[in-house]
Parts: sequence; structure tokens; C-alpha cells
Amino acid sequence: MPQYLVLIYDDEAVRSAANPEEFERLMKAHEEFCAADGAVIRGGNALQGADTATSIRPDSAGGFIVTDGAFAETKEVLAGYYLVEVAHLDEALAVAKRVPAPFGGVEVRPIRVFE
Amino acid sequence: MDAAGRDRVEAGQGVQWSDGASAAAVAEAHRREWAFVLAATVRVTRDLDLAEECVQDAYAQALAAWSDRGVPAKPGAWLTTVARRRALELLRREATMRRRLPYLLMEQIEPGPGDGDAPDIPDDRLRLIFTCCHPALSVEAQVALTLRLLCGLSTAEVARAFLVGEATMAARITRAKKKIATAAIPYRVPATDELPARVDAVLTVVHLLFTTGHTAPAGAELIRGDLVERSLELARLLRTLLPDDAGVAGLLALILLTDARRDTRMDANGRLLPLPEQERSRWDRRAIDEGVALVRHALRHRPPGRFALMAAIAAVHAEAPAWQDTDWAEIVALYDLLVRLWPSPVVALNRAVAVGFAIGPAAGLAALDALVAEPQLAGYAYAASARGAFLARLGRFGEARVAYEEALLLTENAVERAYLAARLENLTENEPSC
Repeated sequence: MPQYLVLIYDDEAVRSAANPEEFERLMKAHEEFCAADGAVIRGGNALQGADTATSIRPDSAGGFIVTDGAFAETKEVLAGYYLVEVAHLDEALAVAKRVPAPFGGVEVRPIRVFE
Repeated sequence: MDAAGRDRVEAGQGVQWSDGASAAAVAEAHRREWAFVLAATVRVTRDLDLAEECVQDAYAQALAAWSDRGVPAKPGAWLTTVARRRALELLRREATMRRRLPYLLMEQIEPGPGDGDAPDIPDDRLRLIFTCCHPALSVEAQVALTLRLLCGLSTAEVARAFLVGEATMAARITRAKKKIATAAIPYRVPATDELPARVDAVLTVVHLLFTTGHTAPAGAELIRGDLVERSLELARLLRTLLPDDAGVAGLLALILLTDARRDTRMDANGRLLPLPEQERSRWDRRAIDEGVALVRHALRHRPPGRFALMAAIAAVHAEAPAWQDTDWAEIVALYDLLVRLWPSPVVALNRAVAVGFAIGPAAGLAALDALVAEPQLAGYAYAASARGAFLARLGRFGEARVAYEEALLLTENAVERAYLAARLENLTENEPSC
């Protein structure tokens, strides 16, 4: 069965404006999602903020350039993910619509399989 | 099969017909049966490219076989049998080779007694339609796949229909097919709870095809008859496959009622004739009668769908014996409903125009001016030309001129440009010469 990574993106400005009650509700929503869709969830995590990210790119001399920050500077940053295993994209999209993502949205990416 | 073989098929111009009755029968079968044959072959190949190649091949074989042995009683079944046999042959040969793309996903296929026996061929056209019009594909890709896979147009023909280069269109189609395979967009009819939204996506594609053909966005011709007919055929096909869907009935009605005016939209010199100047006795009565009956059916569904409401508006025009008899109050009421159901700036613009005819040009202009902030209308030629028309009726010729000039800048269809240019010229004659 195909696996999909459901990437949760947050608008950090919206998220930082949220109050503690909203975060509490969000935690509860994730717990409920995990309970309801547990059968197809293969993994998942919340990430620390993009300001804690470190990016590494190869330089032209065979070494690396290590920089502070996320790989791409965008308004929405990767905030967490679920790995799900379902029959096809329609089911993946149905699950993805249930993933709590009040500060942005989600992106669904098929997992590549090497044979 | 090698990659070069596939490319050759990709770039192919479709099947070439020779003269004679059998060739005409093949052409007819190409138009009527393509989607059925392809959909049934995809079930065997589970690969869109391979299925297309096998179906092309079957049509080429039909050309020779039908002129030798006559046209079979069931051309679609004959073509499907040949295409599927070819597919099995190629699949056996290909089994040892590396595949480019993963197989399409479909629900467990119930093995029929004897592959290709006509009565056992399932009608998979709905699966094909929902795969082509999947919301995970861009709308451009959905439209291209629909023309290519459901209507059997070659890549070159699809490119011409949308005035883009053939290489661009080929890349668009290849990319869409790749996404279908790698993201595992399934070859299936959506479940009941998903169906309304998914049917709406299909209707959007068919409607876009129709509007592109009804008034070509650019080029020398006002109407692209081939696209209009394709959209009509697709709407009829959907009506056969989803007979209980009110949205489908509404869209078919809209196409029939709007296209009923086709022969009267230009005069003998190719000049555009707007609705008030059209010779209504030459409107297609049969299409109107069929459309009106479908609208009645579609409006029984609550709440009414957007296509049913648009069709109802077209029906009010169709049933007015003359322009002066148009029931504008009814049309405004229908637009009010439509705006509430489908709040798009273009619908609001059409409502404003209707208000101008129901109440007067000043009211129409006020309704239009209320929409100036809509970014979607900023580059929209019809917003500018509607403004120009109301301003001219109010005798504000200087402002009307500016509006028509703006419309002309935004219009790329030659027939519409000529019409706007004539309106501008007419304005000069009426302008006070001080």
C-alpha cells in the first residue's frame, strides 16, 4: 500500500498570535485525530519552530556551508508531519483533511519507493 | 516497448482516414467509442500511455479490417477486443523490462469470462472521467487530459485548442500522467460522500471547454465549433452515466440553450451580432426544447446548482419572442440566487448588467461601479465593455470611449475586437462636436 507524508505547515505569525487555550485545543484535536485515524498512521511528530532550524548545503570546494534557519524562507514553515499508509491518493486526501492545521494547512506527498 | 515507440505515439496525429464507407465508420467510431475503448483498455494495461498506444493501434487495424470484412455490428466491442489483445501482447513482452511509472491503482478487478468477449466488457468511462478530472491535478491538466483521453484528440489538436505550443502541451500531459501514477490517483469512481464535489470538478472542466469554444479567448474565429461539440458530447455522456445528477442535467441544459444561438451570433460578413440583434426565429428550437425540459428537471433539486441557475437564465432568453420581451426582473432574481450560491465576481458582473436592463443604465452602472474593487475584474474585458455600453446609453460618450478602449486592449478575439472597434466608431458619430 502506498504511503504518504502529510506535512503540516504553519504561518508562524498566526501561530505566535494564538493563546494558550488555542494550543490546548490543538493538542486535544491531534490526540483525537490519532485515536480516530490510528489504523493508517505510521508515524508523526511536531517540530520545534523554524528559528531552531539549521540548514546545510554543499559548498563548491567539497565542504559544507552551515547556516542558521530553515531551508527556504517562506511565510509558512514546516511544523510537523504524519506518515500514513492508505490505498490511494483519495484516501490520503481524506485523512489529510482531518489533520488539525489551524495555523496554515497541509501538503500531501507520496513516499517514493525504490525497488 | 521502447521509449522511442512511446514518443512516436505521443507525437502522433491520430489515425489518418482514407475514403470509403469503412473509413467513415472508423471515424464515427473514433468519435463515439474512443472513451469507452480506452477506459476498458486501461483496465488491462493499468497504464495510460500503453492503453493509448493500443487503442490507436486498434483504430489503425480497423481501417484495413473493416474495409475487407465489413463494419462489425458492435464497433466499440470490436475495437476494445483488438486493443486489449494488443495490450496483453505488449505487457507479456514488457514484463522483463523496467517500467517507467508505477501501475494505476484500481479496485480488485473481477476477472470476466474470457477477456474481450463483448458482453463482458465493463463500462469504465466514469473511472476515466474522474481520473482525468481529479482535483489533485491543475485545471489546465484536467482539461488537457479530458480532451486527450476522453475525446481522443492528439496532443497537437489539444495544443491548438488552447493556443499553446505543442511541446508545452505535451509536457503538461506527460506531467499530469506522471502525477496520476506516482501519487497513486486511483482509477475509480469516488465514494458516495465524495461524489458531489468530484462531479462538480468534472462539470467545471466540461463547462470550461464549452466557454472556450463558445467564445474563443483569442484568435480569428469567434466560435470554436469543435470544442463546443466536444463539450456537448461530454455533457451528454455524463447525462447517460449519471442520470440522477441535477448538476449534470443543468450543465447539459446550459450548453444546449446557449449553443442554440450559434448560427445567429454573426451576420453573413462575419460581424458579431449581440443578443438584441440576433434573429430569434433561427435559434435551434429542438436544442431549446431539450434544454428547457432539462432545466425544469435540474431545478427540482434543492438547493439548485449553479449550472441549473445559469441554464434557467439562458432559458428566459430562449423563451422571449423578442429582445424587448425579455423578462429582466426574472433574470435579476435568478442572478440574485446565483450570487448567493456562487459568489464570484463574474457572476456579480453579469447580475449588474441584468440590473441595467431591468431598471436602467444608471442603475446598471452603479451596480458595476460597486465591483471596481474586485481584482478578478480588473483585467476582464466584459467589465469594461459593459461599462462602456451603459455610459453610452447615458450619453456620457467621453467616458464610454475610455471604457471601450480599455475593453479593446483586453480583447484578443478578432471578431470581438472588430465589434468593439465598431462601437467606438459609432460613439464618435454621436459625440457632441464641441
